[in-house]
Amino acid sequence: MKFGVVVFPGSNCDRDMQQSLQNDLGKEVIMLWHKDKDLSMFTTEDCIILPGGFSFGDYLRCGAIARFSPMMQSVIDFANKGGKVLGVCNGFQVLCEAGLLPGTLLQNESQQFVCKNVHLKTNDNEVLTIPIAHGEGRYYASDELLDELQENGQVIFTYCNESGSEDDFCNPNGACRYIAGIRNKAGNVFGMMPHPERATSSLLNNTDGIKVFSILGLN
Amino acid sequence: MEITAKTASQLRLTGEEFELIKQKLGRTPNFTELCAFSSMWSEHCSYKNSIKWLKTLPRDGGRMLVAAGEENAGLMDMGNGFGVVFKIESHNHPSAIEPFQGAATGVGGIHRDIFTMGARPIASLNSLRFGNLADTKTQRLLKGVVKGIGHYGNCFGVPTVGGEVYFEDCYHTNPLVNAMSVGIMKADKMISATAKGTGNPVFIVGSATGKDGIGGASFASADITAESTEELPAVQVGDPFQEKKLLEACLEVIETGAVVGMQDMGAAGIICSTAEMSAKGEVGMRIDLDKVPTRQENMKPFELLLSESQERMLIVVEKGKEDSVLKVFDKWDLPCKQIGEVTDDKLLKFYVNGNLEAEIPAYELVLGGGAPQYTREYREPAYFEKIKNWNVKDVKDPGEKELLKIAEQLISLPSIANKKWVYTQYDSMVGAANVSTNNPSDASIILAKGTGKALAITVDCNSKYVFADPYKGGMIAVAEAARNIVCSGGEPIGVTNCLNFGNPYDPEVYYQFVKGVTGMGDACKKFNTPVTGGNVSFYNQNPEGPVYPTPTIGMVGIIDDPADAMTMYFTNEGDIILLVGKQQNDIASSEYLHKLKKTEYSPAPYFNLDEEYATQQFISSIIKNKLINSAHDISEGGLMITLLESSFFKGLSFAVTKQDKTIRNDAYWFGEAQGRVVISCSKENAQGIKQKASVAGIEVTEIGKVYSGNILINDIDFGPVEVWKKKYDTALENIIKN
Amino acid sequence: MTYHVQIKVMPLKDLLDPQGKAVHGGLHNLGLNNIEDVRVGKHITLNINAASEQEAKNAAEDACKKLLANPVMEFYEIEMIN
Repeated sequence: MKFGVVVFPGSNCDRDMQQSLQNDLGKEVIMLWHKDKDLSMFTTEDCIILPGGFSFGDYLRCGAIARFSPMMQSVIDFANKGGKVLGVCNGFQVLCEAGLLPGTLLQNESQQFVCKNVHLKTNDNEVLTIPIAHGEGRYYASDELLDELQENGQVIFTYCNESGSEDDFCNPNGACRYIAGIRNKAGNVFGMMPHPERATSSLLNNTDGIKVFSILGLN
Repeated sequence: MEITAKTASQLRLTGEEFELIKQKLGRTPNFTELCAFSSMWSEHCSYKNSIKWLKTLPRDGGRMLVAAGEENAGLMDMGNGFGVVFKIESHNHPSAIEPFQGAATGVGGIHRDIFTMGARPIASLNSLRFGNLADTKTQRLLKGVVKGIGHYGNCFGVPTVGGEVYFEDCYHTNPLVNAMSVGIMKADKMISATAKGTGNPVFIVGSATGKDGIGGASFASADITAESTEELPAVQVGDPFQEKKLLEACLEVIETGAVVGMQDMGAAGIICSTAEMSAKGEVGMRIDLDKVPTRQENMKPFELLLSESQERMLIVVEKGKEDSVLKVFDKWDLPCKQIGEVTDDKLLKFYVNGNLEAEIPAYELVLGGGAPQYTREYREPAYFEKIKNWNVKDVKDPGEKELLKIAEQLISLPSIANKKWVYTQYDSMVGAANVSTNNPSDASIILAKGTGKALAITVDCNSKYVFADPYKGGMIAVAEAARNIVCSGGEPIGVTNCLNFGNPYDPEVYYQFVKGVTGMGDACKKFNTPVTGGNVSFYNQNPEGPVYPTPTIGMVGIIDDPADAMTMYFTNEGDIILLVGKQQNDIASSEYLHKLKKTEYSPAPYFNLDEEYATQQFISSIIKNKLINSAHDISEGGLMITLLESSFFKGLSFAVTKQDKTIRNDAYWFGEAQGRVVISCSKENAQGIKQKASVAGIEVTEIGKVYSGNILINDIDFGPVEVWKKKYDTALENIIKN
Repeated sequence: MTYHVQIKVMPLKDLLDPQGKAVHGGLHNLGLNNIEDVRVGKHITLNINAASEQEAKNAAEDACKKLLANPVMEFYEIEMIN
């Protein structure tokens, strides 16, 4: 399985993602410039990643300008053909703006940027520790849509406390139903606010990010 | 327009300086030329009142690869062909006016200094000073500054990994915002801020030029009064997105091999970058100001020369290789325009539509060239009398039963409590290299990816000590920084400093400056940490007086194997707690004395440079020999706060008993005598450490053990760690939110 | 009575507006090349209970000066709707 990492102007987790995949997970990675269009070197078995950062400065709305870049048109086609796509943080915002994932990401309830380790619960009730760093990460969707996401098993990660339950303090941004990450109905497009690429090295004393890639089937 | 001494004085040049300019030019300057001198000879650009003393600092040797002040930032050898580039700079005055943009552009400016040299910034730190946090004005400033730092750093994509925040009344009107950036590069790939090669084209890259911060350099050199807060100059607006593109494009353009020299535009914009690059290369430049891309219409020549619009670079390119440079900037959608060329006459000639608008020898404008250098008068400040009259006997020593209450008050003081509210607003983990997130140490530890090594970085200055005794306080700032790096397992290699003082024309302020710099210099020599550069910020003063003298030290250390880093928290139940260094009967200048006993005037705490150095060498050796499990130095709040802080990360408690009955209770637990470190180690290693210590002549005392029940001090139950941690974690937030 | 007030807060004319600049670039990328300049501000609505229109206007002025606009960076315009 090969990875492509899209570089928008203002992306700043692109190199982290590349190094994490190459050095910690031993994967082949190709960097993709936002002005290019060519994805012919990838098959639907491969994965395109939209990394974190502040594409186009996050001006207007996060992801709103990046969504129209030439490479994104190819990524949308790639996703529609069944290729795997993962958006992390700003990448998640781009995927929502592009309509590849439902819902939207609003400004944090605290009105502040927040960077810290949080606990995430997987669908197997495993608790992982993964960093977040965002100002607009409050997942929001209508109640009907949220019900649908939960019924379809499209919610892949929720915020929780150390022991895996939900409390008043574990939701770092006020996300609806503690949602930290979702997938599309077909199961090939994933978006999450937390940064798995920041937790794949034993030198940093946290390798829970490797589990995230494996849960998403990206290993 | 007739140019007279009055015009000069309006531009903040003295009569003497005006005469000097006429003499150097051999004629009366026109207004544009006078503005150029005014900016370049301002305190901010020329260091005219500080340079003589700065030259007394150790400025070479050790691992230094370029001499201090030669380039935009200091470059030091990391080994394996890599270099570390770092610098700290102030943005105090702009932040007082517009805290968000002031702090943001401060961060942007310091990063530009790093990547101008060809290094990729990998970490940023900051040192902040505000007035009383209970005051709503202070809260507004704090919120704005923190948001501004976060806004710029988070978007630019460099982790903010450390810093310090202090609250003292003297900073009420004059907050301090000092930002430090650290980058790494291949040591032989450095790009110099030098113009060379007659005929080589000169390009301006990045944002269009507007009337931002015109005369900001001069503005930064004046006292802030109530009136000046109202007659605001145009503030500079930062665009971190533009700077991120500029970073990537500049690093890419260096790879083309076409770049002869590069300098960022900070204070005094085009005039400063053209003058410094030309003077250094002993060349001249012909610049067509009408070719400078502008954001506003009808900009006058002096506005174009002085504008401080952010996110701009001046680049000298090898003639014939323009296309490869233009291609890179086009890829990043960055405007890049040729505005002139290098000449061999050493003159700066600025043209507008073919007409010569200004002609000045580059040398005459710059520091080290024609810019004046002064020594100011100084005398011992009058307030020293009050310090000399202080007597510890006038302070009643608290009984054992009062200790708990005092500790509770101390841990909730804004300057001591956890700064979580501040640092969670900064992206501290982008770059995936911050070791300290999951393994905190006294200094911040960052992997220098690609080099196999890690850096230990810290910023330190307890300005209260410098106020009490500028010479000793200057030494302590350096010693504390070195101690933090040593306690993290690093080897201190170099220093950058940000010298924040009041008005240099006030002899008492200048005394603080002279003594502070001398103290710093002596300590830097002892620790073999040369000063690679930095900046001086004078005029941090208002009608009520100057701020505490605040020579902030940014220090960088190297950890050859990241696995050898040492953490600051208790790790194993049953470990022995040892105190390294001598306990002193000393409460001078402690937070306890100042904030709880309301005593502002007392001497600096106990400090002995030789003892400090020996203690640090000892700590280094026991870390290298893998004898200890934690090391945390004693600073604000004394031994008690150090013990509490060591207990929080893993929630492991401690039982500690006072060992020396001849020392006052408050001095033992809350005194801030320097040169002390709390370490924890296994029972097996404790004996060996004590033996090593006695051979080395270091005092090591066993004071207790790591433990899982409630905290015990002299066998008195101090309650569970969680309760103390909650107080520590929430104190700052509680004040801000109420 | 209740007065409806609309307030427009814009970056000062001579100041750099990074957001406007980036949006401008984005519109160009979409082929909208005839757009010459973009500036991005805020639109705020207030409902003010006051005895007269003048009193409501004064209250809105006050709100703008004290909080809604940052005079160092922004200017504002007040429009009474009733």
